[in-house]
Amino acid sequence: MVKKKKKLRKIKGFAIQFLPYSEIRDLNSTERIKKILTIIFGQNILILQGKLKPDEETRLIEDTMAMIGHVKNFSGIELAVISGNGNNQSYFTKMKQGIANALAGGDLGAITIIGPATIVKEIKRNPKKIELMLN
Amino acid sequence: MVIKIVKNFFKKIFSNMFREKKSIKLGFYGPPNAGKTSLANRICKDFTGEEIGSVSKIPHETRTIQFKEKVEIDYKGKKMVFKMIDTPGIATKIDYEDFLKYKMKKKEAKKRAKEATQGVVESIKWLDDMDVVVIVLDATENPYNQVNITIIGNLVARKIPVLIVANKIDLKKAEVKKIEVAFPEYEVVGISAKHGKNLEEFYESIFKLSKKVK
Repeated sequence: MVKKKKKLRKIKGFAIQFLPYSEIRDLNSTERIKKILTIIFGQNILILQGKLKPDEETRLIEDTMAMIGHVKNFSGIELAVISGNGNNQSYFTKMKQGIANALAGGDLGAITIIGPATIVKEIKRNPKKIELMLN
Repeated sequence: MVIKIVKNFFKKIFSNMFREKKSIKLGFYGPPNAGKTSLANRICKDFTGEEIGSVSKIPHETRTIQFKEKVEIDYKGKKMVFKMIDTPGIATKIDYEDFLKYKMKKKEAKKRAKEATQGVVESIKWLDDMDVVVIVLDATENPYNQVNITIIGNLVARKIPVLIVANKIDLKKAEVKKIEVAFPEYEVVGISAKHGKNLEEFYESIFKLSKKVK
């Protein structure tokens, strides 16, 4: 009888899931975080259109911490938000952007990348490029 | 009616005259191993003779909120009283296996990881209670870390004054400029908490920010 090999933690593949902002626009903060974490627990790298509010980001960190040790092979997340650099924009452009964001219900000019720490070792972020270092 | 107004006016004046100086709640936030406790220790030791907590090369040494009440900082003849609040480092991932590299036993590493996760939650919960926050960053590390941006975003949303400290400037790899470029809207002070370098500028900035506290 062939002995079963010990299960390794090393990941052989991963999936990238895109989540349009329209899918979370009408959800409250609790539901948004739950949806995001469900995708992450499925060993997916999530690319979210837009970004979370500052308090939702901290809530995501809090809930992530609460799940470490309770979800098998889960040791946290890697997270990065890339948004258009508004520093060089004129006041009028910023105002237009603000109105557009208010109508859309969020900052759609941003992209949020979230991955499980078991897959994504590090997200190196420099102003002009983003690198996903995998485990 | 007039008597009541006059009575309240004098009551207010007298209570202000004899009221004890209110402590400004000064929080130290940042990622693990940036030197939050080292800086808080340096200040506490200079002005009270006692330290606030222990420091270690192993990340997540501070796993619960640590306080030091009534720390009176005397800078250039001006005095301000602070309640120092040293917080556990905020991270998005904690793996007990990372602690094993420091020759820690598995059971001990798992315990440290569990306490560290609770510490992160505690740090976040305390954000609401701060008057002024010092974000301590390791000047040898890449500042474009989402945790740093998340903490600052939350403080801005809560209208809490922020000072960014670029720690470890005694190290060759330190790049204060990189932190200044990453956070152009904030004052960045380069220091070495370990060697007490450039603390004068730090105190100056803290006094300036603390005046904004109502």
